[in-house]
Amino acid sequence: MRIGVPKEIYEGECRVATTPDVVAQLKKLGFDVAVESGAGQKASFSDDAYREAGCEIIDSASDLWSKSDLVLKVRAPDSDEAARLRSDQTLISFLWPAQNPELLKQLTDTGATVMAMDSVPRISRAQKVDALSSMGNIAGYRAVVEAAQHFGRFFTGQITAAGKVPPAKVLVIGAGVAGLAAIGAAKSMGAIVRSFDTRPEVKEQVESMDAEFLMLDFEDDEDGAGEGGYAKVMSEAFIKAEMELFAEQAKDVDIIITTALIPGRPAPKLITAETARSMKDGSVIVDLAAEQGGNCELTVPGEVAHVDGVTIIGYTDLPSRLAAQSSQLYGTNLRHLLTDLTPEKDGNIVVDMEDEVIRGTTVCKDGETTWPPPAPKLSAAPPKAEPAPAPVVVKEEGPRSFVGPAIGMAAAGLALLGLGAVAPASFMAHFTVFVLACFVGYMVIWNVTAALHTPLMSVTNAISSIIVIGALMQISSDVPIIKWVAVGTVLITSVNIFGGFAVTRRMLEMFRK
Amino acid sequence: MFEVNEGIIQVSYIIATILFILALGGLSNQETARRGNWYGIIGMAIALVATLVGDVTQNIEYLIVALLIGGTVGIVAARRVQMTQMPELVAILHSLVGMAAVAVGFANFMDPERLSHYVGVELTIHDVETYLGILIGAVTFSGSVIAFGKLSGRISGSPLALPARHWLNLLLLLGAIWYGYQFVVDSAAGAGMTPLIVMTVIALLFGIHMVMAIGGADMPVVVSMLNSYSGWAASATGFMLGNDLLIVTGALVGSSGAILSYIMCRAMNRKFLAVIAGGFGTGGGTPAAAGGEDQGEVAPIEPLETAELLLNAKEVMIIPGYGMAVAQAQHTVFEITRMLREKGVNVRFGIHPVAGRMPGHMNVLLAEAKVPYDIVFEMDEINEDFPKVDVSVVIGANDIVNPSALTDPNSPIAGMPVLECWKGKVSIVLKRSMATGYAGVQNPLFFEDNTRMLFGDAKTTLDEVLKNL
Repeated sequence: MRIGVPKEIYEGECRVATTPDVVAQLKKLGFDVAVESGAGQKASFSDDAYREAGCEIIDSASDLWSKSDLVLKVRAPDSDEAARLRSDQTLISFLWPAQNPELLKQLTDTGATVMAMDSVPRISRAQKVDALSSMGNIAGYRAVVEAAQHFGRFFTGQITAAGKVPPAKVLVIGAGVAGLAAIGAAKSMGAIVRSFDTRPEVKEQVESMDAEFLMLDFEDDEDGAGEGGYAKVMSEAFIKAEMELFAEQAKDVDIIITTALIPGRPAPKLITAETARSMKDGSVIVDLAAEQGGNCELTVPGEVAHVDGVTIIGYTDLPSRLAAQSSQLYGTNLRHLLTDLTPEKDGNIVVDMEDEVIRGTTVCKDGETTWPPPAPKLSAAPPKAEPAPAPVVVKEEGPRSFVGPAIGMAAAGLALLGLGAVAPASFMAHFTVFVLACFVGYMVIWNVTAALHTPLMSVTNAISSIIVIGALMQISSDVPIIKWVAVGTVLITSVNIFGGFAVTRRMLEMFRK
Repeated sequence: MFEVNEGIIQVSYIIATILFILALGGLSNQETARRGNWYGIIGMAIALVATLVGDVTQNIEYLIVALLIGGTVGIVAARRVQMTQMPELVAILHSLVGMAAVAVGFANFMDPERLSHYVGVELTIHDVETYLGILIGAVTFSGSVIAFGKLSGRISGSPLALPARHWLNLLLLLGAIWYGYQFVVDSAAGAGMTPLIVMTVIALLFGIHMVMAIGGADMPVVVSMLNSYSGWAASATGFMLGNDLLIVTGALVGSSGAILSYIMCRAMNRKFLAVIAGGFGTGGGTPAAAGGEDQGEVAPIEPLETAELLLNAKEVMIIPGYGMAVAQAQHTVFEITRMLREKGVNVRFGIHPVAGRMPGHMNVLLAEAKVPYDIVFEMDEINEDFPKVDVSVVIGANDIVNPSALTDPNSPIAGMPVLECWKGKVSIVLKRSMATGYAGVQNPLFFEDNTRMLFGDAKTTLDEVLKNL
């Protein structure tokens, strides 16, 4: 089959749905790939680079659409593009079916198969296809870069000859993929990073990034984790406590990055105009939820606003502002999806509606709308009903019963006394030596380092051949059979003595700093 | 040969004993270990010379010939052995000690002067000592031979589970005790060879059966247990001969092996008796069970991406397992380590106590590949560092990095301490296939979001990674 990648026509969109690197891998799956001339230009992929990777370059968009069996795009098609789609074609792109019901209807009516990269189910298996996470990651990183651009100071603290520079304080609201990426980027630039999220289970993730997790002083144990690992709408009291926290933090921090989104709803307003104005002059707010209305009341989607010395960045195209990276990751997500779609690796796609990932992603097929899909069976976050992981099962043998060991010791003591009663003195002398030697061995061996356990075994093996002394005592016997047995014993034990010591030496020689 | 004062011989024995203790004590760290080995050699030489001078009156030419032949064989074997074959070598050397104990016991019993030396209780005790020496020696011998066979792959690693095998063991034990009694009775009357031989056969069978029933995963316990037995055999022989040097040395070796067995059992959270009873662990690992619980999907990775991940990491932890030994990949591992360290990546090794087929097996392999020992750490030393590790590379290990040991109380390996590599940022697992480890348990680590699987032979794939570094 032939894959066609048109140039994105959306205003300001710099991404492209495939890159030369990805093309090479698509060809391995058996596909032919055609790219519209100039499609990768804004993401710094030239037509020549595509050509080198084995792509056909097609000049006009209409040619490309008509010649392709499978069209890969980034942005949802506009109505003109959708009109080009034939019933035997397949389209894969971002679609947002919930927000674009007319488009979904138009696509359904073409009879084509359409798959939405934003509808990939949130299950572990589908992570390699999860383009929202890829884009979220990039948006989070870019948010920090944008903030740095508009923030008039260092992120990192420094002590210079010209005076002390305090580190910037960054508050990241919402610790999803984008939030965590923002935390990582801000942290690596040297800022002090705090983060808040309604889902307590992300506390560990935040702390693993070396950021501080802000806890809400709130009585109810309200858990903000909804279906599929996303956040849900919280109670009024919770939101009030939350807003108070932000108002208080806003006076202290220099940069706020908000990433709070609830699927299928307008973004929650977390930063009121008043809170934003209370920030220090020169502070920056980056609102990653701008496209869904913004988390900050002052956000102007797509624009940078300046209000009372505070810069509010409301860009809605952050991934596109890192076009080469976004295209690479998005292209790879697509490639993973296509790998699942072409089980035979023969360049022919099979839309298996039994497969949960493919089922969830497909929004329309054969003239029927298949969106929304049935709820996924597995959630990315563990369902709440499940009890906490079973306590670690190392068996701490609580208060030990004294009865068992006591009986054992008493029996051993009696046995020894019995032995002492009948055994001759010479035996008891040897026995004393034996018991003491066991204790010496016990004390000495515990000090042996674990790394030298193998040499320990070979050297103890060598010295246990001291049994050769027994043979030496017998070798001078006049009885031939005893003599010969003794000679044999000397032979085999000497293998052991020499071999054991030699191999120990060889091993110890190898240990070096 | 010469007239030598008995006291001088005794003093020589004391010196030899002290040197042996120092030899073991020297192994407490790498710096003193080489000196320790020399103490052992000197101690052995002193003991041999003292006995030679004191006890050997004739046939010295035979002795020297035997010593030369045996010594040559031993040194050649020690030179030629591959470090990956160390467990086999150690096992076969144990069998020699067992065989020697049996031979010395029989020779001692055949000594016509025996009855004139000992009477009454002393004779009984002497006979019991002889009997025990031969018994332990025979078990050590046959057990070690089987262990050698299993370790070298000549015998299947899977446990042989005969029906009613515990009863069989009990029967063999009772048989040994019965013939022991017979032997003591007959011996006082001047006979006793028949019960002695029957018992030896029983002991040999017992040794075979015991090790046959033990699975591959428990090999480190078996090897250290046989090490212990070889010591006890020497000790029993020492009692028989009334020789304190033998008693002490045997006791040292015996307790050393016992402690090693204990350490290995603790590292697997298993009871010693349960290991000996056998039946746990399999041969080459079984394919992941079809159906059943949906474990999710693994994310494969290519050597190229692996190399990139490693280059971009600051902290790398390498976790070797038996698979590294099988693939002989330790040299490539070292090359990768060297290159990464030159580039400022902090590469460390985390060793689980039961990694490999013998206590300390991985350390020896890494040492052979010239990995400096100060970057090789034990599990307890580094387990807390994993949250800071960027990339963990698991090479041919499975059960020792299985999170279900800590989370699933029903897992066969529940409670076994494991290397918690899933707490790091990324774990790369090198495996030949999705087969389970020796414990036959599926490993949820492979399905973790931050785990990448690098399939293929460890050596080939690591060479590929190295090329891309």
